[in-house]
Amino acid sequence: MYTQALNTAETDDRGLEDAAKAAQFQARIDAEERIEPNDWMPEAYRKTLTRQISQHAHSEIVGMLPEGNWITRAPSLRRKAALLAKVQDECGHGLYLYAAAETLGSSREELVDAMLAGKAKYSSIFNYPTLTWADIGTIGWLVDGAAIMNQIPLCRCSYGPYARAMIRVCKEESFHQRQGYEIMVTLCRGSDEQKAMAQDALDRWWWPVLMMFGPPDATSQHSDTSTKWKIKRFSNDELRQKFVDATVPQAQYLGLTIPDPGMVQDADGHWRYSEIDWTEFKQVLAGNGPCNRDRMAARRRAHEEGAWVREAAAAYAAKRAQRPTAQAAE
Amino acid sequence: MATPNTPLWEVFIRSRNGLAHKHVGSLHASDATMALQAARDIYTRRGEGLSIWVVPSSAITASDPAEKGMMFEPAESKIYRHPTFYEVPEEVGHM
Repeated sequence: MYTQALNTAETDDRGLEDAAKAAQFQARIDAEERIEPNDWMPEAYRKTLTRQISQHAHSEIVGMLPEGNWITRAPSLRRKAALLAKVQDECGHGLYLYAAAETLGSSREELVDAMLAGKAKYSSIFNYPTLTWADIGTIGWLVDGAAIMNQIPLCRCSYGPYARAMIRVCKEESFHQRQGYEIMVTLCRGSDEQKAMAQDALDRWWWPVLMMFGPPDATSQHSDTSTKWKIKRFSNDELRQKFVDATVPQAQYLGLTIPDPGMVQDADGHWRYSEIDWTEFKQVLAGNGPCNRDRMAARRRAHEEGAWVREAAAAYAAKRAQRPTAQAAE
Repeated sequence: MATPNTPLWEVFIRSRNGLAHKHVGSLHASDATMALQAARDIYTRRGEGLSIWVVPSSAITASDPAEKGMMFEPAESKIYRHPTFYEVPEEVGHM
Protein backbone atom coordinates (compact mmCIF):
# COMPACT_ATOMS: atom_id res chain seq x y z
CA MET A 1 0.00 0.00 0.00
CA TYR A 2 2.61 2.46 1.08
CA THR A 3 4.87 2.42 -1.93
CA GLN A 4 7.37 5.20 -2.27
CA ALA A 5 6.43 5.76 -5.92
CA LEU A 6 4.55 8.93 -5.07
CA ASN A 7 7.53 10.58 -3.45
CA THR A 8 8.60 13.11 -6.02
CA ALA A 9 12.20 14.06 -6.72
CA GLU A 10 13.77 16.86 -4.70
CA THR A 11 13.45 20.30 -6.19
CA ASP A 12 16.26 22.84 -6.41
CA ASP A 13 14.89 25.49 -4.08
CA ARG A 14 14.65 22.84 -1.40
CA GLY A 15 15.71 24.99 1.57
CA LEU A 16 12.97 27.57 1.16
CA GLU A 17 10.31 25.08 0.31
CA ASP A 18 11.24 22.88 3.24
CA ALA A 19 10.83 25.72 5.74
CA ALA A 20 7.31 26.36 4.49
CA LYS A 21 6.49 22.67 4.41
CA ALA A 22 7.94 22.14 7.87
CA ALA A 23 5.71 24.89 9.28
CA GLN A 24 2.69 23.34 7.56
CA PHE A 25 3.69 19.94 8.89
CA GLN A 26 3.95 21.21 12.47
CA ALA A 27 0.56 22.90 12.09
CA ARG A 28 -0.98 19.56 11.10
CA ILE A 29 0.62 17.88 14.14
CA ASP A 30 -0.62 20.65 16.44
CA ALA A 31 -4.12 20.17 15.02
CA GLU A 32 -3.89 16.46 16.03
CA GLU A 33 -3.98 15.33 12.40
CA ARG A 34 -2.36 11.99 11.61
CA ILE A 35 0.65 11.92 9.31
CA GLU A 36 0.38 9.20 6.66
CA PRO A 37 3.19 7.47 4.71
CA ASN A 38 3.02 9.47 1.49
CA ASP A 39 2.58 12.84 3.23
CA TRP A 40 5.49 15.25 3.29
CA MET A 41 7.50 14.95 6.51
CA PRO A 42 10.83 16.37 7.70
CA GLU A 43 13.72 13.95 7.20
CA ALA A 44 14.41 14.02 10.94
CA TYR A 45 10.83 12.92 11.69
CA ARG A 46 11.22 10.03 9.25
CA LYS A 47 14.57 9.08 10.76
CA THR A 48 13.39 9.30 14.38
CA LEU A 49 10.34 7.16 13.67
CA THR A 50 12.24 4.58 11.63
CA ARG A 51 14.67 4.23 14.53
CA GLN A 52 11.96 4.06 17.19
CA ILE A 53 9.52 1.73 15.38
CA SER A 54 12.22 -0.65 14.17
CA GLN A 55 13.77 -0.81 17.67
CA HIS A 56 10.32 -1.54 19.00
CA ALA A 57 9.93 -4.33 16.42
CA HIS A 58 13.36 -5.79 17.24
CA SER A 59 12.40 -5.76 20.93
CA GLU A 60 9.27 -7.80 20.28
CA ILE A 61 11.26 -10.38 18.30
CA VAL A 62 14.17 -10.62 20.77
CA GLY A 63 11.59 -10.64 23.57
CA MET A 64 10.45 -14.06 22.36
CA LEU A 65 13.77 -15.57 23.49
CA PRO A 66 13.65 -15.22 27.31
CA GLU A 67 10.10 -16.56 27.42
CA GLY A 68 10.60 -19.19 24.73
CA ASN A 69 13.18 -20.60 27.12
CA TRP A 70 10.35 -21.90 29.36
CA ILE A 71 7.83 -23.23 26.84
CA THR A 72 9.01 -26.81 27.09
CA ARG A 73 9.26 -26.60 30.88
CA ALA A 74 5.96 -24.88 31.72
CA PRO A 75 4.47 -26.54 34.83
CA SER A 76 1.14 -27.54 33.23
CA LEU A 77 -0.50 -27.88 29.84
CA ARG A 78 -2.64 -24.79 30.59
CA ARG A 79 0.44 -22.70 31.35
CA LYS A 80 2.24 -24.08 28.32
CA ALA A 81 -0.60 -23.25 25.93
CA ALA A 82 -0.85 -19.71 27.38
CA LEU A 83 2.89 -19.10 27.16
CA LEU A 84 3.03 -20.41 23.62
CA ALA A 85 0.17 -18.09 22.63
CA LYS A 86 1.91 -15.16 24.32
CA VAL A 87 5.21 -15.78 22.54
CA GLN A 88 3.29 -16.06 19.25
CA ASP A 89 1.69 -12.70 20.01
CA GLU A 90 5.12 -11.12 20.54
CA CYS A 91 6.10 -12.34 17.08
CA GLY A 92 2.89 -10.88 15.66
CA HIS A 93 3.60 -7.55 17.38
CA GLY A 94 7.07 -7.52 15.85
CA LEU A 95 5.56 -8.06 12.41
CA TYR A 96 2.92 -5.29 12.77
CA LEU A 97 5.71 -2.95 13.82
CA TYR A 98 8.11 -3.89 11.02
CA ALA A 99 5.29 -3.24 8.55
CA ALA A 100 4.71 0.20 10.12
CA ALA A 101 8.45 0.99 9.99
CA GLU A 102 8.66 -0.05 6.34
CA THR A 103 6.08 2.57 5.36
CA LEU A 104 8.81 5.13 6.10
CA GLY A 105 10.92 3.79 3.25
CA SER A 106 13.30 1.15 4.62
CA SER A 107 12.92 -2.46 3.49
CA ARG A 108 12.27 -5.28 5.94
CA GLU A 109 15.60 -6.79 4.96
CA GLU A 110 17.48 -3.56 5.76
CA LEU A 111 15.79 -3.25 9.14
CA VAL A 112 16.49 -6.86 10.13
CA ASP A 113 20.07 -6.69 8.88
CA ALA A 114 20.73 -3.56 10.97
CA MET A 115 19.64 -5.48 14.07
CA LEU A 116 21.67 -8.58 13.22
CA ALA A 117 24.73 -6.40 12.56
CA GLY A 118 24.32 -4.87 16.04
CA LYS A 119 23.67 -1.41 14.55
CA ALA A 120 20.06 -1.19 15.76
CA LYS A 121 19.15 -1.58 19.41
CA TYR A 122 16.36 -3.46 21.18
CA SER A 123 14.98 -3.03 24.69
CA SER A 124 17.60 -3.53 27.41
CA ILE A 125 15.21 -5.70 29.43
CA PHE A 126 15.59 -8.73 27.16
CA ASN A 127 19.27 -9.03 28.04
CA TYR A 128 18.37 -10.47 31.43
CA PRO A 129 18.03 -14.24 31.92
CA THR A 130 14.89 -16.18 32.87
CA LEU A 131 16.28 -18.42 35.59
CA THR A 132 13.08 -19.83 37.12
CA TRP A 133 9.39 -20.26 36.25
CA ALA A 134 8.63 -17.25 38.47
CA ASP A 135 10.52 -15.11 35.94
CA ILE A 136 7.80 -15.89 33.40
CA GLY A 137 5.17 -14.62 35.83
CA THR A 138 7.26 -11.54 36.58
CA ILE A 139 7.84 -10.75 32.91
CA GLY A 140 4.11 -10.86 32.18
CA TRP A 141 3.25 -8.83 35.25
CA LEU A 142 6.03 -6.22 35.18
CA VAL A 143 7.70 -6.20 31.76
CA ASP A 144 4.39 -6.34 29.90
CA GLY A 145 2.88 -3.98 32.49
CA ALA A 146 5.64 -1.45 31.78
CA ALA A 147 5.24 -1.98 28.04
CA ILE A 148 1.51 -1.23 28.30
CA MET A 149 2.25 2.03 30.17
CA ASN A 150 4.57 3.01 27.32
CA GLN A 151 2.33 1.83 24.50
CA ILE A 152 -1.06 3.23 25.44
CA PRO A 153 -0.01 6.84 24.74
CA LEU A 154 1.58 5.62 21.47
CA CYS A 155 -1.91 4.69 20.22
CA ARG A 156 -2.31 8.47 19.75
CA CYS A 157 1.09 8.98 18.14
CA SER A 158 1.10 11.44 15.23
CA TYR A 159 2.25 8.82 12.71
CA GLY A 160 -0.81 6.89 11.52
CA PRO A 161 0.70 3.45 10.78
CA TYR A 162 2.51 3.38 14.16
CA ALA A 163 -0.60 4.44 16.07
CA ARG A 164 -2.70 1.78 14.32
CA ALA A 165 -0.12 -0.94 15.04
CA MET A 166 -0.09 0.13 18.71
CA ILE A 167 -3.87 -0.16 18.97
CA ARG A 168 -3.68 -3.80 17.85
CA VAL A 169 -0.75 -4.48 20.19
CA CYS A 170 -2.43 -2.91 23.24
CA LYS A 171 -5.59 -4.96 22.72
CA GLU A 172 -3.52 -8.15 22.92
CA GLU A 173 -1.11 -7.04 25.63
CA SER A 174 -3.65 -7.10 28.44
CA PHE A 175 -3.83 -10.91 28.23
CA HIS A 176 -0.05 -11.02 28.67
CA GLN A 177 -0.08 -9.02 31.87
CA ARG A 178 -3.00 -10.91 33.38
CA GLN A 179 -1.49 -14.33 32.64
CA GLY A 180 1.75 -13.17 34.29
CA TYR A 181 0.00 -11.88 37.38
CA GLU A 182 -2.00 -15.11 37.64
CA ILE A 183 1.27 -17.06 37.73
CA MET A 184 2.49 -14.78 40.54
CA VAL A 185 -0.75 -15.17 42.52
CA THR A 186 -0.51 -18.96 42.21
CA LEU A 187 3.13 -19.00 43.36
CA CYS A 188 2.43 -16.62 46.25
CA ARG A 189 -0.45 -18.79 47.48
CA GLY A 190 1.75 -21.89 47.21
CA SER A 191 4.50 -23.37 49.38
CA ASP A 192 7.17 -21.28 51.10
CA GLU A 193 9.61 -22.31 48.37
CA GLN A 194 7.24 -21.13 45.66
CA LYS A 195 6.71 -17.79 47.36
CA ALA A 196 10.47 -17.40 47.82
CA MET A 197 10.87 -18.08 44.11
CA ALA A 198 8.38 -15.31 43.31
CA GLN A 199 10.20 -12.88 45.63
CA ASP A 200 13.56 -13.77 44.08
CA ALA A 201 12.22 -13.05 40.59
CA LEU A 202 10.81 -9.69 41.71
CA ASP A 203 14.15 -8.84 43.33
CA ARG A 204 16.01 -9.48 40.08
CA TRP A 205 13.53 -7.82 37.67
CA TRP A 206 12.38 -4.73 39.58
CA TRP A 207 15.24 -2.37 38.76
CA PRO A 208 15.75 -3.49 35.14
CA VAL A 209 11.99 -2.97 34.60
CA LEU A 210 12.19 0.62 35.91
CA MET A 211 15.05 1.19 33.45
CA MET A 212 12.75 0.15 30.57
CA PHE A 213 11.24 3.65 30.61
CA GLY A 214 14.58 5.05 29.52
CA PRO A 215 16.97 7.63 30.98
CA PRO A 216 15.68 10.30 33.37
CA ASP A 217 14.07 13.34 31.71
CA ALA A 218 17.05 15.55 32.51
CA THR A 219 19.35 13.46 30.30
CA SER A 220 17.07 11.97 27.64
CA GLN A 221 18.39 12.97 24.20
CA HIS A 222 15.32 12.27 22.06
CA SER A 223 12.47 13.60 24.19
CA ASP A 224 12.16 17.24 23.14
CA THR A 225 11.62 16.83 19.41
CA SER A 226 9.57 13.66 19.95
CA THR A 227 7.23 15.61 22.22
CA LYS A 228 6.97 18.47 19.72
CA TRP A 229 6.08 15.95 17.00
CA LYS A 230 3.59 14.18 19.29
CA ILE A 231 5.39 10.88 18.97
CA LYS A 232 5.82 11.00 22.72
CA ARG A 233 2.99 12.20 24.93
CA PHE A 234 4.49 11.66 28.38
CA SER A 235 8.07 11.91 29.60
CA ASN A 236 10.10 8.89 30.70
CA ASP A 237 9.87 9.89 34.36
CA GLU A 238 6.12 10.51 34.19
CA LEU A 239 5.48 7.05 32.75
CA ARG A 240 7.87 5.45 35.23
CA GLN A 241 6.04 7.08 38.14
CA LYS A 242 2.65 5.98 36.79
CA PHE A 243 3.96 2.43 36.54
CA VAL A 244 5.38 2.41 40.08
CA ASP A 245 2.13 3.80 41.51
CA ALA A 246 0.11 1.12 39.72
CA THR A 247 2.47 -1.71 40.67
CA VAL A 248 3.06 -1.18 44.40
CA PRO A 249 -0.50 -2.18 45.44
CA GLN A 250 -0.27 -5.25 43.16
CA ALA A 251 2.93 -6.33 44.92
CA GLN A 252 1.30 -5.71 48.30
CA TYR A 253 -1.61 -7.94 47.32
CA LEU A 254 0.86 -10.71 46.49
CA GLY A 255 2.60 -10.19 49.83
CA LEU A 256 5.88 -9.53 48.05
CA THR A 257 8.42 -6.87 48.98
CA ILE A 258 9.67 -4.44 46.36
CA PRO A 259 13.48 -4.48 46.65
CA ASP A 260 13.76 -0.77 47.43
CA PRO A 261 14.02 -0.14 51.18
CA GLY A 262 14.09 3.61 50.55
CA MET A 263 10.67 3.65 48.86
CA VAL A 264 8.12 5.92 50.53
CA GLN A 265 4.63 7.13 49.71
CA ASP A 266 4.44 10.93 49.52
CA ALA A 267 1.56 13.15 50.62
CA ASP A 268 -0.02 12.96 47.14
CA GLY A 269 -0.07 9.18 47.24
CA HIS A 270 2.85 8.69 44.82
CA TRP A 271 5.39 5.99 45.63
CA ARG A 272 8.83 7.62 45.49
CA TYR A 273 11.53 5.17 44.47
CA SER A 274 15.24 5.40 45.18
CA GLU A 275 17.92 6.43 42.71
CA ILE A 276 18.21 4.05 39.72
CA ASP A 277 21.66 2.63 38.91
CA TRP A 278 22.09 4.10 35.42
CA THR A 279 25.59 2.65 35.11
CA GLU A 280 23.98 -0.79 34.84
CA PHE A 281 21.57 0.50 32.17
CA LYS A 282 24.44 1.95 30.13
CA GLN A 283 26.42 -1.27 30.47
CA VAL A 284 23.50 -3.35 29.20
CA LEU A 285 22.89 -0.95 26.29
CA ALA A 286 26.59 -1.10 25.44
CA GLY A 287 26.27 -4.87 25.01
CA ASN A 288 27.54 -5.98 28.41
CA GLY A 289 24.33 -7.23 30.03
CA PRO A 290 24.07 -10.82 31.23
CA CYS A 291 22.58 -12.14 27.96
CA ASN A 292 23.43 -9.67 25.15
CA ARG A 293 25.79 -12.07 23.39
CA ASP A 294 23.38 -14.99 23.75
CA ARG A 295 20.44 -13.02 22.34
CA MET A 296 22.38 -11.78 19.32
CA ALA A 297 23.83 -15.24 18.68
CA ALA A 298 20.34 -16.79 18.85
CA ARG A 299 18.87 -14.22 16.43
CA ARG A 300 21.76 -14.63 13.97
CA ARG A 301 21.55 -18.40 14.13
CA ALA A 302 17.79 -18.35 13.52
CA HIS A 303 18.27 -15.99 10.57
CA GLU A 304 21.06 -18.09 9.01
CA GLU A 305 19.28 -21.38 9.57
CA GLY A 306 16.15 -19.95 7.94
CA ALA A 307 18.01 -18.82 4.82
CA TRP A 308 17.30 -22.02 2.90
CA VAL A 309 13.56 -21.63 3.57
CA ARG A 310 13.55 -18.08 2.17
CA GLU A 311 15.59 -19.24 -0.83
CA ALA A 312 13.31 -22.22 -1.49
CA ALA A 313 10.15 -20.11 -1.21
CA ALA A 314 11.57 -17.51 -3.58
CA ALA A 315 12.66 -20.19 -6.09
CA TYR A 316 9.25 -21.87 -5.94
CA ALA A 317 7.43 -18.56 -6.45
CA ALA A 318 9.69 -17.72 -9.41
CA LYS A 319 9.03 -21.13 -10.98
CA ARG A 320 5.27 -20.78 -10.51
CA ALA A 321 5.33 -17.30 -11.96
CA GLN A 322 6.88 -18.68 -15.15
CA ARG A 323 4.43 -21.56 -15.56
CA PRO A 324 1.36 -19.80 -17.09
CA THR A 325 3.58 -18.13 -19.71
CA ALA A 326 5.16 -21.46 -20.64
CA GLN A 327 1.75 -23.11 -20.97
CA ALA A 328 0.36 -20.28 -23.08
CA ALA A 329 3.26 -20.72 -25.49
CA GLU A 330 2.46 -24.38 -26.16
CA MET B 1 22.65 -15.57 -6.25
CA ALA B 2 21.23 -13.27 -3.59
CA THR B 3 17.68 -14.04 -2.45
CA PRO B 4 15.37 -11.29 -3.74
CA ASN B 5 13.44 -9.21 -1.20
CA THR B 6 10.22 -10.99 -0.26
CA PRO B 7 7.20 -9.26 -1.86
CA LEU B 8 4.78 -7.16 0.19
CA TRP B 9 1.06 -8.01 0.42
CA GLU B 10 -1.89 -6.07 1.78
CA VAL B 11 -4.32 -7.99 3.98
CA PHE B 12 -8.09 -7.46 4.07
CA ILE B 13 -10.35 -9.27 6.52
CA ARG B 14 -14.12 -9.63 6.69
CA SER B 15 -15.18 -9.82 10.30
CA ARG B 16 -18.03 -11.84 11.76
CA ASN B 17 -20.44 -8.92 11.79
CA GLY B 18 -21.05 -9.10 8.05
CA LEU B 19 -19.21 -5.93 7.07
CA ALA B 20 -17.06 -5.62 3.95
CA HIS B 21 -13.44 -6.76 3.87
CA LYS B 22 -11.37 -4.16 5.66
CA HIS B 23 -7.68 -3.38 5.32
CA VAL B 24 -5.86 -4.59 8.45
CA GLY B 25 -2.19 -4.35 7.54
CA SER B 26 0.53 -5.81 5.40
CA LEU B 27 3.01 -8.67 5.41
CA HIS B 28 5.79 -10.22 3.37
CA ALA B 29 5.40 -13.59 1.62
CA SER B 30 6.92 -15.14 -1.45
CA ASP B 31 3.61 -16.23 -2.99
CA ALA B 32 -0.16 -15.97 -2.54
CA THR B 33 -0.57 -19.27 -0.68
CA MET B 34 2.05 -18.35 1.88
CA ALA B 35 0.61 -14.84 2.14
CA LEU B 36 -2.80 -16.28 3.04
CA GLN B 37 -1.32 -18.57 5.69
CA ALA B 38 0.78 -15.78 7.15
CA ALA B 39 -2.26 -13.46 7.17
CA ARG B 40 -4.19 -16.05 9.17
CA ASP B 41 -1.36 -16.34 11.71
CA ILE B 42 -0.63 -12.63 12.00
CA TYR B 43 -4.07 -11.05 11.77
CA THR B 44 -6.64 -13.61 12.95
CA ARG B 45 -5.25 -15.20 16.12
CA ARG B 46 -8.42 -14.36 18.04
CA GLY B 47 -11.19 -15.15 15.58
CA GLU B 48 -11.10 -11.70 13.99
CA GLY B 49 -12.34 -12.87 10.63
CA LEU B 50 -14.29 -15.25 8.44
CA SER B 51 -12.60 -14.40 5.15
CA ILE B 52 -9.20 -13.06 4.11
CA TRP B 53 -8.05 -11.34 0.93
CA VAL B 54 -4.38 -10.83 0.18
CA VAL B 55 -3.37 -8.48 -2.63
CA PRO B 56 0.16 -7.78 -3.88
CA SER B 57 0.91 -4.23 -2.72
CA SER B 58 2.38 -3.47 -6.13
CA ALA B 59 -1.06 -4.10 -7.69
CA ILE B 60 -2.65 -1.21 -5.80
CA THR B 61 -2.97 2.16 -7.50
CA ALA B 62 -3.29 4.90 -4.93
CA SER B 63 -4.44 8.49 -5.23
CA ASP B 64 -1.75 11.06 -4.58
CA PRO B 65 -2.21 12.77 -1.19
CA ALA B 66 -0.60 15.93 -2.59
CA GLU B 67 -3.46 16.13 -5.09
CA LYS B 68 -6.23 15.47 -2.62
CA GLY B 69 -7.64 18.98 -2.89
CA MET B 70 -8.29 18.64 -6.60
CA MET B 71 -9.24 15.00 -6.34
CA PHE B 72 -12.03 15.48 -3.83
CA GLU B 73 -13.14 18.99 -4.78
CA PRO B 74 -16.24 17.80 -6.68
CA ALA B 75 -17.70 16.44 -3.42
CA GLU B 76 -16.92 19.51 -1.32
CA SER B 77 -19.37 21.92 -2.88
CA LYS B 78 -22.43 19.69 -3.26
CA ILE B 79 -24.25 19.94 0.01
CA TYR B 80 -27.49 19.05 -1.82
CA ARG B 81 -26.23 15.46 -1.88
CA HIS B 82 -26.95 15.20 1.84
CA PRO B 83 -30.42 14.53 3.27
CA THR B 84 -30.19 17.42 5.73
CA PHE B 85 -30.13 19.87 2.77
CA TYR B 86 -33.88 19.35 2.29
CA GLU B 87 -36.57 20.76 4.51
CA VAL B 88 -39.47 18.54 5.46
CA PRO B 89 -42.34 20.10 7.49
CA GLU B 90 -42.19 19.08 11.13
CA GLU B 91 -45.78 17.75 11.06
CA VAL B 92 -44.68 15.07 8.64
CA GLY B 93 -42.45 13.58 11.34
CA HIS B 94 -39.39 11.42 10.83
CA MET B 95 -38.48 10.69 7.22
